[in-house]
Amino acid sequence: MFSFRGNFIRRLLNLIPLLLLLFLAFSETDFDFDKLSFLSFNLIYILIFYWVLKNPDILGYGFIFLAGIVNDVVVGLPIGVSSITYLLLSGFAAYIRYLTVQPSLIFDWIVFAPSIAVTNSIYFYILTIFFDVKINYITLALNTCVTILFYPIIGILFSFLANIIIKERNV
Amino acid sequence: MVTSRDDFSIAVRSALLKKGVKQKFSLLALIIASVILLSLESINSKSLNFVRSAIKDVIYRTSFITSIPGNVIGPMFTNIQGHFEIYEQYEMVKLKLQQLKDQQNQISYLKIENDKLKKVIDDASVFSYETITSKVLVDKESPFLKSVILNKGFNSGLKKGMPILKGPYFVGRITEVNYLSSRVLLISDLNSKIPVLVEPMGYQAIMSGTGDEFALLDFLPKNHQLEVGNLVYTSGTGGIFFSGIPIGRIELIEEKLRVKFFSDLNQLYLINVIISDPMKGR
Repeated sequence: MFSFRGNFIRRLLNLIPLLLLLFLAFSETDFDFDKLSFLSFNLIYILIFYWVLKNPDILGYGFIFLAGIVNDVVVGLPIGVSSITYLLLSGFAAYIRYLTVQPSLIFDWIVFAPSIAVTNSIYFYILTIFFDVKINYITLALNTCVTILFYPIIGILFSFLANIIIKERNV
Repeated sequence: MVTSRDDFSIAVRSALLKKGVKQKFSLLALIIASVILLSLESINSKSLNFVRSAIKDVIYRTSFITSIPGNVIGPMFTNIQGHFEIYEQYEMVKLKLQQLKDQQNQISYLKIENDKLKKVIDDASVFSYETITSKVLVDKESPFLKSVILNKGFNSGLKKGMPILKGPYFVGRITEVNYLSSRVLLISDLNSKIPVLVEPMGYQAIMSGTGDEFALLDFLPKNHQLEVGNLVYTSGTGGIFFSGIPIGRIELIEEKLRVKFFSDLNQLYLINVIISDPMKGR
């Protein structure tokens, strides 16, 4: 009985990042503030980068791909753009994960900046060159910068969850 | 040097091809799948459109359900804030009501005069279009794209290009139709271009969205003289929309003359879709 409960809690904790990813992709919940629009940021990017760096099995590339498709349909973009962006960001995270011997939030933050800059540039070019969708690049650049700035704050929150997951796993 | 290059290629290979313990697909396989999906977007076949439409309908409905908690909690904070502002607004409303009463007398005179003139020019059927009311299912407030999803699709007779009104005001047009849902591109979106008429000068122009709460006017005549307070209507050029649907007013925004919309595009809930064809009967 005790072991069943422990297993259930462990599985539930493991599922939180994935559920959050799917919830953010499906729902209208956006970190896009009405009066402080310049403070809007993309939590999905932070979530993907952080958890792929920690452990790619927690989110799963298949679900990241699916979240991208859902996001494209909800936002109204050509299907596949967000998937490519998310998977490229996962690729950067997986590459850094392979190279890093001793992970630290500050180092992750530093590499997050060029990773998101490259992926958002690809996102912008795919939309403008291949699909002729106009995007305000200043808003996109601002969003990228704010997402970078928010990474350590969200990263600290996620590390609490990561610690709980590790603790539960060790139990 | 050779070693570092080897390290790099091993790391890249590992990141792209290695599958985790619980992973079923490698990153590279999924990136290729995304590229294939993207290239399918440009193919317009009946079966593909049907699949796309079905996927979109399912995702929109799921999105509507998952948005419920956010939609309930968000307005709660707004309501609390709103209560504090009520008295201030009440005083303003009282003042405005008085002004409106004064204006009403003037308007009733103008209305009678207008009706008389309409009879003279035999154009009383300017606004005789048929509309259906629809609910906004999902309003994903993306900072880059401005669009909403409606709970009606081609099963209700909606078609691509149909104009959308909130009350009497023009707010956008349908850009995508599925069986049970459709997407509306709002006039504030960067990709929106609407032929308009600026009154009382009668200037024809193209109104372009800016991604913000105002729009720009392009292709105005040379030596035009816009003024604050000029009204902007749909011109009906091209036969896509009915002419004379009010859109907004010219205002001085960021020291430039821009179109301020009559409708608050962030507060769309029940909207009307004009289903009549403006070219019918011409």
